[in-house]
Order: sequence, then C-alpha cells, then structure tokens
Amino acid sequence: MTYFPILSFITFLPILGMIFILFIPKNQATMIKSVTLLITSAQVIAALFILHYYNYSLGGINDPNSFQFMEKFRWIDISGFSWIGRIKIDYFLGIDGISVPLVLLTAIITFIATLSSWTIDKQVKGYFALFLLLDTGMMGVFVALDFFLFYIFWELMLLPMYFLIGIWGGKRREYAAIKFFLYTLFGSIFILLVMIGLYFSTSETLADGTKVFTFNMLAMMNPHNYNQFGILSPLNPNNLRFIAYIFLFIGFAIKIPMFPFHTWLPDAHVEAPTAISVILAGVLLKMGTYGILRVCFPIFPEITRQLVWYIALFGMINIIYGALCAMAQKDFKKLIAYSSISHMGFVLLGMASLNSLGISGAVFQMFNHGTITAMLFLIVGVIYDRAHTREIDAFGGLMTQMPVYGGFVTLAFFAAIGLPGLSGFVSESFIFLGSFGFGLIRVLTIVSTLGILLGAGYMLWTLQRVFLGTLKEKWSSLKDLTFREYAMFIPLSLIIIFLGVYPSAMLNLMNTSVNSMVKFMADAKVMYSSLSGF
Amino acid sequence: MTEPLMINLALMILLLPLLGFVVSLFLGKRIKAIYIFELFIIILTFAGAVTLAFVKLNYYQNTDIVSQFTWINFGNIPLLGQTNIDLGILIDNIAVLMIFVVTLISMLVHIFSIAYMKGDKLYNRYFAYLGIFTFSMTGIVFTHNMLMIYIFWELVGLSSYLLIGFWFEKKSASDAGKKAFIVNRVGDLGMLAGILILYTTYHTFTFSQIFAQISAGHLPFNSEFWLTVTGILIFCGAIGKSAQFPLHVWLPDAMEGPTPVSALIHAATMVAAGVFLIVRVYPLLTSGALLFIAIIGMLSAFIPATIALTQNDIKKVLAYSTISQLGYMVMGLGVGAYKFAFFHLITHAFFKALLFLGSGSVIHAMHHEQDITKMGGLRKKMPLTYATFLIASLAISGIPLTSGFLSKDGILQGSFAFGSLTGYWIFGFVGFLVALLTAFYMFRLLILTFHGKPRDQHKYDHAHESSFSMAMPLVVLAALSIFIWYTPNPFNPEQGAILTNWIKAPQLVTPQDTRYNFMKSDVPSGSVIKTVPENSEIMYSENYTEALHQAHIPAMLLSLVLAGLGILIAFIFYQWKKVDVDKLTNSIKPLYNLSYNKWYFDEMYDAIFVGGTLMLSRFLSWFDLTIIDGIVNGSASLTRALSIFTGKFDNVVVDGFVNFVAYLSGFVGLIFRRFQTGKVQTYIVFVVFSIVILLFIFK
Repeated sequence: MTYFPILSFITFLPILGMIFILFIPKNQATMIKSVTLLITSAQVIAALFILHYYNYSLGGINDPNSFQFMEKFRWIDISGFSWIGRIKIDYFLGIDGISVPLVLLTAIITFIATLSSWTIDKQVKGYFALFLLLDTGMMGVFVALDFFLFYIFWELMLLPMYFLIGIWGGKRREYAAIKFFLYTLFGSIFILLVMIGLYFSTSETLADGTKVFTFNMLAMMNPHNYNQFGILSPLNPNNLRFIAYIFLFIGFAIKIPMFPFHTWLPDAHVEAPTAISVILAGVLLKMGTYGILRVCFPIFPEITRQLVWYIALFGMINIIYGALCAMAQKDFKKLIAYSSISHMGFVLLGMASLNSLGISGAVFQMFNHGTITAMLFLIVGVIYDRAHTREIDAFGGLMTQMPVYGGFVTLAFFAAIGLPGLSGFVSESFIFLGSFGFGLIRVLTIVSTLGILLGAGYMLWTLQRVFLGTLKEKWSSLKDLTFREYAMFIPLSLIIIFLGVYPSAMLNLMNTSVNSMVKFMADAKVMYSSLSGF
Repeated sequence: MTEPLMINLALMILLLPLLGFVVSLFLGKRIKAIYIFELFIIILTFAGAVTLAFVKLNYYQNTDIVSQFTWINFGNIPLLGQTNIDLGILIDNIAVLMIFVVTLISMLVHIFSIAYMKGDKLYNRYFAYLGIFTFSMTGIVFTHNMLMIYIFWELVGLSSYLLIGFWFEKKSASDAGKKAFIVNRVGDLGMLAGILILYTTYHTFTFSQIFAQISAGHLPFNSEFWLTVTGILIFCGAIGKSAQFPLHVWLPDAMEGPTPVSALIHAATMVAAGVFLIVRVYPLLTSGALLFIAIIGMLSAFIPATIALTQNDIKKVLAYSTISQLGYMVMGLGVGAYKFAFFHLITHAFFKALLFLGSGSVIHAMHHEQDITKMGGLRKKMPLTYATFLIASLAISGIPLTSGFLSKDGILQGSFAFGSLTGYWIFGFVGFLVALLTAFYMFRLLILTFHGKPRDQHKYDHAHESSFSMAMPLVVLAALSIFIWYTPNPFNPEQGAILTNWIKAPQLVTPQDTRYNFMKSDVPSGSVIKTVPENSEIMYSENYTEALHQAHIPAMLLSLVLAGLGILIAFIFYQWKKVDVDKLTNSIKPLYNLSYNKWYFDEMYDAIFVGGTLMLSRFLSWFDLTIIDGIVNGSASLTRALSIFTGKFDNVVVDGFVNFVAYLSGFVGLIFRRFQTGKVQTYIVFVVFSIVILLFIFK
C-alpha cells in the first residue's frame, strides 16, 4: 500500500483549488474555469489511482484493519475539560467497498458538473470557489470514519449549496435555497444529537490504558466499547437507542429524500442551475443512503433488524409515489426530480433486504442513479439553455432537429427505465432479487415492481411529448450538441453501457464489503440479544 | 464439427447482427450504402444459422450443447456460500429450428425492405434497427437461463418500440410504440415475479438446474400451488409478448410500423417469442398452469378472430389473425400438443410473413393505401403477389397440401384428444369454430383486395407488380408454405423428420400428481426421479396416444369441412354477392359493432387503467404540493408567526418591562431630583427636618 495520503489529497485538493481561485482576478473567467476543470480532472485521476490500488479482498465495515488507504492521527486532544473529561477527536479517513463506488462517483460527477458549469457567467469566481468547497464536503463525507469529522464534512457541504442555489438559481431561488438549507439543517440537528449521545456512550482504550470517549464510528459498531450507563449504550437497559435510531434515520432520510421529507427536492432542483442539479442528484442524495448504510445499520444493527419492514415500506412508497408524481408534472426538470425520488426508493428497498444481493444492488443503484440521473439533468439543461423553457408540452419533434441529442436522450431514458444492457437494469434486478429473498418484505417487493411499469410510462410519455412527433416551427433553429456537451454525455453514456454489460467491474469492488456487512448484521442479532441479559 | 466450434458459430450468429446495428447506427449518416453492409451481415448470419441447424440436426440430434461463463460473482455470501450468476448458450433442436426461421425471415425482410423503404430519410437507421431486433431475438432463443431470456426479452421490447415508432413524426406511430412497450411491460412484471420466485427458491437462473431441483421434489415455498403460480406468472410474459388476451391490444396498433417490420416482428418472430418461452419452461408447468394457458390461448384464438371479420385495414385484419393463430399455438401447448404447437409456430411464421409482405407489396403498389374497401381487382395488376397471397391464405385456412394444414390440424387433433380424455371439449370446439372464422376472414380479405372490380380507379391505374427484391421473398415464403418441406405425406405430418426426430416434447419435472393424467410417467407413485434423463420425451400415456390417433381422421375431416365452408361463405358474400352484406350486418348490428370496435378493449383500458393512473398521479401531485409541502410551508409559516408573536412579546412585554423599569427609575429620579437643588441651605433644612422626625419616631 502506498504511504501517500491519497484520501486527504482527493478530499482537500478542491480546497487548495478554491484558495488558488480566490487569488485569480475576477475578470479572468476562463482561467477560473480551467483551474476548476484541472482540479476536478486531477480528482478523477486520483480516484482511478484509488481504484487501481484498491484491494478487493478486504471487507471494511466494522473492522478497522480491513479499511484501506487509512489515515488516522490525533486531531483534537483537550485534557481535563470540566465534567466532560478529556476530549479526543481523531482525524480518521478510510474506505471500503461501500465508499469506493461513491468516491469514484463523486469525482466523475464533479468533473462532468464542471463542464456543465462552463455557461455560468455571473460572478464566476464566487461560483467556482463555492463549487470546489462543496466538492470537498461531499468527498469528505464518503471517506470520513470518525463521526465528528463526518459531521463536519456533512455540514460543510450545506453552506456552498445554499449559496449556489440562492445566487445562481432560477426565479424562486431564495425560497428553494432557504427550504433546502433549513430542511437539511433540521436533519443535521438530529444527527448531531445522536452523535453526541453516542460519544458519551462509547469509550476507546488508549495505548496507555486510559479510557476516553470517542467519536470513532468503528468503535461504536462494537457493543463491547459501550459504557455501562451510556444513554445510547446497549448495555444500559434503559437506553434510548430506539429513539436515537429514528432521529438518525430521519436526519439521513431527509437527504435521500424519503417520503414525506422530500418536498425540498423538486424545488431545489427546479431552481438550481443545471450543474448544481447534477451534483444534487448525482452525489448529494447518495449521502443520505450512504449515511444509513454506514452509520445507522452497523451502529444500531439490532434496531435496524426491528425496523427493516418499515424501511422497505418507505422504499416502496418512494418508488410508487415518486413515479406517480413524476407522471403528473408539466415541468421537465421537476419530472426528472420526482423520478429521482422514485429511483432512490429502490436503494432503500435494497438495503432493507439485509442480504448480499439486495445491498450490492442498493450500492450499485446509488452509483447508477448518480450517472443516469446526472445525465437526465444534463439533458434538461441542454434544452433549457437553448429554448429557455422547460415546459414539456412546449416541445415536440426535437428528434428531427437534434438527432444526436435525441440519441443520448433515448439512451438515458431507457437506462432510467431499466433496460437490460444498461447499468440501471442490473442494480434494480438485484434489489428485487435481494428483497424478494427476504420473506418479510416480499409483498412490498412485488408492489414495488410496479415502479418499473410506471417508470416506463412517464419516461416514454415524456420522450414522445418532447422528442417525437412533428417539429414545432419555433424550435427549427435549435442547434445540436456542442463539443463541450459531447464531452459531458459521452463519458456518462460509456459508463452506463459498460456497467450494464459488465457489472462485475463495479460489483467485485463492493462484494467483500457487502458480504462483511451482511455477516455483521446477521451476527449482530446474536450478539445484541446476548447483551440484553446485562 | 466440434462442439466448441458450434458454440462459436452460435455466438457469431448472435453477435453479427449487433455489429451490424452498431456500424449502421454510427456510420449510417456518413455512408449512404451502409445498408449493403447490413444486408451482407444478415446473409452471413443466415448462412451460419443454416450450418448450425444442419450440423445440430444431423450429427447432434440427441445431444444438447451448452456453454456458460460467470457473469457476476457475488463472492462468498453469508449463509449461501459461493454465489454466481452464469450466462450461457444452449443449442438444442428447437433453438436451431427457431434460429433458422428467425434469420431466414429476417434476411427476406431485409431484402424486401431495400425496395420498400427506398427514399426514406432514415433508410440506414431502419436497417440498424432490424439488426438490433435480430440480435435480441437470437438472444432469447440461444439462452440457457431465465435471466438472459428476460434481458433479451426487454431488448426485443426496445427494438419493437423503435421499429413500431419508426415514423415517429406521426403521432399514431409514436403512440403505438409507447403502447407496445408499456403493455409488454405489464406482462413482464408477471414474468419478473415468476423469475424472483424461481431464483429465491433455487438460487440459479439456469433451466437445467431449476428443472433438476424441481424433479428432486424441491418446490417454491414447498407447495405445488406455488409451482403452478410460478408457471402462470412466467406465462404472463408470453401473454404480453405474444399479444394474448387480455394484453393483445398493442399488436393491432403496432401496424403503424413499416409493413416489412410487421412481417418480421409482429407476425413471424417477436410475437412467437412468447410461445417459445412456454416451450422453454414447459417441463415445470403443472396441469393447473397448462389449463390456464389453454384457456388464455383459446380466448386469444377466438376473440381476435371475431374482430378480424369486420376490419377494413388490410394490416389490421392480418394483425388480428396473428393473435388468433398465436392463440392456437398457446392453446396447443396448454392441451399438451407440444410438438404441433411448435410446428405451427414455424409454419405460421412463414405464411404469416408472406401475408404481411404480400400486403406490403399491395400497399406499396397502392401508394400507402391500406383500406381494402378501396382496393379490388389487383389480381390482374399483381399476379405474382396474388398467387403467393393465395397460397398463404390457403395455408392459414388449413387447406391440404399446405403447411398450415399440417400444423393446425395437429393442434385441433390434440385439443380433440384432450377433450376426450379430460372432458374439456370446449378447446376443441372453439378451435374448430376459429378455423371456420379464419377461412372466412382471410378469403374476405383476399377477395376484396384482389378480385372483383377496382373501387379506386385512380390508385388502381398506378398499381404495378413489385420489383425483384420485393417479389423474391414472396416466392421463397410461398414455397415454404407448401407441405413438401415438412413431410412426404401431405395428410400426416408425423412422417416428416421435423416431428419425429427434431422437435421433442421435453420430459416434465413437475410432481406426478400435478400433471394431467395422460402425462404421468409410468414410474410407480411415491418414487422420486432424481435426475432428468437428457432428451427424454414426455411420457404420454397409452390412452393419449390412442385418443390422438382416433382424433386424427375426424379432426381432419371436420376442419376441412369448416375451412371449406368459411371460404365458400366468403365467396358467396363478397365474390358472387349472393347475400347483401350490408343488410346482414344491419340485422346483427350490436354484434357487428362489437366486432368492428374490437370489443371495446381499447376504450375500456384507456378509461380504467390509463385514466385511473393519470387521475391518481394528478391527485398525488396535488397532494404532494398542497398537503405534504403544505405542512412543510405551514410549519415554516407557523414558526414565522410564532416568531412574530415572540418578537412582539419581546418588544412589548419583555422589553416593555425593561423600559418600564427604566421609565420608573427615570420618574423616581425626576421626583427626587427636585430635592437635589445644590443649595446648602435647603440641605440643612432637610437634615434638621429629618432629625426632628427621627427623634419623634425613636423617642
């Protein structure tokens, strides 16, 4: 293994870029954009390095020895701080098979979003500085293993996002930005409460034998690290773990977003500039499901097992409800936003299966949703840039006017429908196979399959209304894709096709970790039930 | 030829059309003549298919060739152990026969389309789509597992969507493509559920492994009932793809596609995929599932046949007749006449492709006129088209010396025998009734199109016989509609190699007591067969063989009489006009309307399913915006109201108190200030007064 701190590099590179940009004069727009592009390309290359040196046989999840590219050192250490005692917080980074796909996804999507941001001409400097700050926040969430650090990254991405929507957005941008900000903050407070509760319930034994409270997430996954009387300690018969789980889950569910906490999403998407929508759908939503998988599941395995049916139920509601709402939309972008809600429901359903097929499917679906939905938002962006409207019924027949664009649209739409040969099919199939294999949520799975029918319904209907039929006179001057747009669509299309034909490339990456996770969740059943005797 | 070579050949047959698709898609705009490359590809594919079929049927008649590889490796899954998903190729007799049919018709359609599609602005794109269709169809046929069937199944759905909606600038065409895809998906949901049950139970998609486990007594959820349900669910896929009742509504609309496409995918191959699926999973179908299949097949044979009687669009008539004929095949499988049903699939593919290409030839000649009431007399202008169309009509009506007679008669014979053994005579009855209807509507079509006087003189004058590239496929297909290729005896198909050696009904794996009585093996009850012997056939009981034998002559005679009667009535009505058709239709107006309006299926589905879904979606969207988001915005407003209130409270009460205190102290100060005059004399007076008062108090 390399000794180069590649995770810190990939996480903080954008911040360096941001600082650099702050020194570039305001009017050097092209230079600012180029620097951002350079930074995000470097990030992609770093992600590819990680992929290359990644060891497929290490599991991760709860075992600190099988995480990779780990960086761990003392960050904050204040001894004897009144009644709280010694505060010790580690700078702890590491990745396993659950986070690797998302690190890769973040790098790719940010790169594509940079290309898509090229059309920004208002306050370019501020935009790209915030953009890079956002990048660091997102990347950090996926690599942090210390809860405190995780939370900092989680909050870090909130602020730039608020300004990116609030300043560069559409007509109702302030409303959408504040809604997004408050909603997410609301969730963050829940996460914060649980984090503090966990901190005071978990101790870590240091090398010198002293026991100190810890934010180490991996330590929180082992019931033996808990204090006897911690408020969230499984050893404490009067613990509040159930309530804490619900809080934590809601905190993450807002980000997914899960019904009924989803209404910030359509507004945020509709108002956000294209590139920010791409990031929002491509990466940000994954943070919610990632959080559940990384934090909720292994730290509270016994409560997860109690609640899987409800998780699957909400997954099902997301799938069906999102699809039906999408069908009724008149705004192209809002339709895609609702379809995104529907597709994230699959992730919840897959996770709830607690078996390898389902969880692999869920993680794979996170990646695929990232690429496919990013492409869908780019598609909306292309048409909005040219026509300055997003109303579905205003279009028609664009296929004849913009055949290449139409080709990419067809590909992306069919990927969203889950056509075999494209990546979405594989993940959705495994989610179904997994969740159907779990007797408890079998019926929910069958109902959820309706989602792929409804998906075909609204997608093909949209395809027809916008692209098929006769061309309307006023659109006869629209130009087909530019070189820059090719550069956005081609990589995403290739990924979608490649992973559809050869999904092993991604699944092998996560297999060991997913299997460890499943084993951990199954073992936890025994482990935690033996604890209740305390 | 060795087995690896055959696998490679199969892979070549599978992948060549895909190559054609990719090349034509990307180079279609740059290179005008790329369709020649596509044509070359399909000819090569067909040559490969012929070679493969020849080798398999001659040298490996009783050995199936399988090759598989691991597509996805899930690693060592807790509780399950090493888990893989394998993909693979299975070359068996029905596969090579099917591939032969698919590639042959695909090739003929390619050739036909060269002239038919000339001048279309997306000419090369059209050939690209034909390529991806051929690829997907080949995939369904060659696969050895359920997952791959599903994968290619959906890809066939895609290519069908693209081809039906090929002229996408027409709203009706894009509507039809969308409808086809979505209606198919409805069926696919059932199939998906079936696959989920199979995988959950057996942890494999591979047919042979699933069959082996079932025959070892391992059933889904340990119940025979669920085995039946699984069979029915998988059959749902076939209901969609083979346009069976109640999902048949997409096929007539699919006629919006170019006519050669209809010939290829909506007559000969894609719709046959459903039947092929039943054939593939046949061993696991219980008697309950088979009966369900038979009922659906029967309804699909009957209802569309009644609709075809009154339609005036030449392609619509053929579309309904296709559904009806597919219904025959499905019913045939349901009643246990496996071989005849598959045989009918092959013969039907040829003569129905011929009918569609023939209609294409007519439509081309009539400048895209499809209404048969505006045709007539074309016999003289288009003798070759007429002759081939006539042969195909005879075949579909089941007249001796044609291929259709052999296969259709087999199915009727099978349902007859089924009736005599089980008492379900209804299948035989409906089968014969449909034979009558078929003969009638086909000859109504033939007479109105080719006989009599032209009804649209202008279009008639411009009509002309088609060019070589369109005529050649007609001749080839007409030749294939003759009995001689299948059996030396025109009255007994079972003397030909195809039924005796090539098509073999597979051994069932279902538990003995879930089979039809006549399909039970002679194994003593209680003993369990551990392994499925390769290539062993269904062991029909002797009763069945006997019944089938006895049914042969009566069924043949009856079907002949009925077909003859149908043709005769058609001639009386439309050629000799002995009966006033308009008067007749008026006297049975309600029935006529029912048939003419296609039993109102479209209206019903539009109102209930499409309308219902849209209503629900609008309601939920309103609910989302008003209620859910209302709560969010409401709580925001509430918080704001509260904050305004606390702001006021803060301003008025809290701050008021503070200000009051300040005011009070100010006020007090104001009063006491008066005492502070700064004059020593005043202070002395105060002091003296104070002392006097204090002395007075404390005295």
